[in-house]
Amino acid sequence: MRAGSLLILLLLLTACASPSIYSWGHYEGVLYATYKVSDKLPPERQVALMEEDFQKAHAQNQPLPPGWHAHLGFLYYKLGKPDQARQEFTTEKTQFPESVVFMDRLLVSLDKK
Amino acid sequence: MKTQFLRISLLGAVVALLFTGCATHYDYTNYRAHPPRSILVLPPLNESTDVGGTYGYLTTVTKPIAELGYYVYPVAVVDSFYKENGMPTAGEMHQAPLDKIREIIGADAVLYVTLKQYGTVYKLITSSTSVTAKARLVDVRTGTLLWEGTVQAHENSGGTGNIIGDAIVAIGTQVVNKSTDHAHVVSHKANEQFAMQNSGFLFGPYNPKFGKD
Repeated sequence: MRAGSLLILLLLLTACASPSIYSWGHYEGVLYATYKVSDKLPPERQVALMEEDFQKAHAQNQPLPPGWHAHLGFLYYKLGKPDQARQEFTTEKTQFPESVVFMDRLLVSLDKK
Repeated sequence: MKTQFLRISLLGAVVALLFTGCATHYDYTNYRAHPPRSILVLPPLNESTDVGGTYGYLTTVTKPIAELGYYVYPVAVVDSFYKENGMPTAGEMHQAPLDKIREIIGADAVLYVTLKQYGTVYKLITSSTSVTAKARLVDVRTGTLLWEGTVQAHENSGGTGNIIGDAIVAIGTQVVNKSTDHAHVVSHKANEQFAMQNSGFLFGPYNPKFGKD
């Protein structure tokens, strides 16, 4: 009886939790660090974490979340690496066509600089 | 025998609670008429007492909405873009006209959030952290209100003064001093309510359950 009710409870609870669509890695933490703890986690470290996450997601064949490539591109831009920034903005467009208008705008402003 | 009966009724109560949690039904007529693919989340207006609320909250809202199946614009890139273009505060960003958002960002919908509560109140040996955010999802093409609601979460610490919430952002304790911004942790919990069945958002196109709710 006890096992049975536990099973029902477990089923009910897991019914609400779907598997993750994306590989999130450190993305949320990096976003937080952008505003709150950049002294402890400077942009160079943020980029290193994201590059690490990219390798992991790639190895597990899991997609990176919306905005992920755009954010990495933004960090590259801040670190004075416009070519890598351009590449990330382009990848964002390919992965998520919803981003085209905004990414094109960022690409244009990169070209002007 | 008696204990078994008790156990069964207890289980029944738990099950009932689980179901009533989802009971209030939102009217999705407008939402279904203008189903968005992409959502622009602007930095929230901050009516809480913590000046750090805007970004402490903003950085927790991408994941739940993306996992529901929407394209979420990169919140920090958008924020920086607006700042560079003469809109340095959330208040100014919330005033940006919808046709400009369509033209500049290309978003289908905008999520306007107002933080009502964000912060921790410390008492003698305990503390209590609350996050309450009012949110409005607006269709960019027509200005139609697609969804509105309040997400909230509270957490009380025990007598140790050691605030819970080890599920903090994966960068871990060496980077984020949890006790100084515990409301950030609680924001994650509040934002889970965007995914509440029958009262939260509908599923978006990147979720396998899209169109089935």
